[in-house]
Amino acid sequence: MSTHSTKSLVTSGFWIYLMSDCVLFAGLFATYAVLSPETYGAIGIESIVHIPFVLVETLLLLTSSFTMGLAVLAAQAHRRVATVLLLKLTLVLGLSFLGMEVYEFAKLIGEGYGPDRSAFLSSFFTLLGTHGLHVLMASIWMCVVIAHVWFKGLGEGTQTKLACLALFWHFLDIIWIFIFTFVYLFGTL
Amino acid sequence: MTRLTSYIVGFVFSIVLTFVPVSVLWMHEAADHQYPSHGVMFGTFVLAALLQLIVQLYFFLHLGEERKPRYNLQALAFALIIVVILVGGTLWIMQELKVRGHSEHQPFINGVVTPQNSND
Repeated sequence: MSTHSTKSLVTSGFWIYLMSDCVLFAGLFATYAVLSPETYGAIGIESIVHIPFVLVETLLLLTSSFTMGLAVLAAQAHRRVATVLLLKLTLVLGLSFLGMEVYEFAKLIGEGYGPDRSAFLSSFFTLLGTHGLHVLMASIWMCVVIAHVWFKGLGEGTQTKLACLALFWHFLDIIWIFIFTFVYLFGTL
Repeated sequence: MTRLTSYIVGFVFSIVLTFVPVSVLWMHEAADHQYPSHGVMFGTFVLAALLQLIVQLYFFLHLGEERKPRYNLQALAFALIIVVILVGGTLWIMQELKVRGHSEHQPFINGVVTPQNSND
């Protein structure tokens, strides 16, 4: 019973961290909302939004959140191979999302619209870049957890690590939903 | 509801809630930007995002299953209060500044900072 309470204590602590991360993103969203009209003669958000592109990004992340949930279930059922496969699938979906984001950034910078071009672009790159950086860190973390599951099996320690990673991944999904709505969808209004 | 059903239901909801605002947007574009109005679109976007948040918290993060005293829910509520104060306060202050400063001058034309009116 003590191991169970250790797990819930660790995940609760991690949850507190997520809430502080939430406040960080709130700051970035507020900055973006204030600076988004300040385009300084460069492109505004309405020229950046390409809904089919963003829709694919969103579906990739939502699906990866789902496969992450399935991986946790597989781990709870002590099915090691299934857990690793589902985690790898989640990783591939997450990296595809990152690839699309990097492509969008590279395209903008290539056209001369880097983060130094206007206040709007600074806040745009900062908000999306911070989210992307989180996804990148989560992907690296996922590689570590995959190795843990593979080599050490699904003991209580690994279950705890996986539970925290799952929380983090779902949290990033929620942040993306807000970027999708308040940056991209609002950009079409 | 088992965990598996919970994830499947959550996933379906999240996909639907992604396509609802996008469909409204496509309707708007198909109707030559006449209908639905920007107000309706704004409302749909915000509502879909909030519902999406609840779906994710309930079905993926299982916040509803937490036993009392529900510390995680309390932490979330606290964080949300901070978020509302931070974002709402920022928008409010900056909007006020814009409204009050607008009639006087436009400070950042072509990157040149014009001197401020030092009377006040």
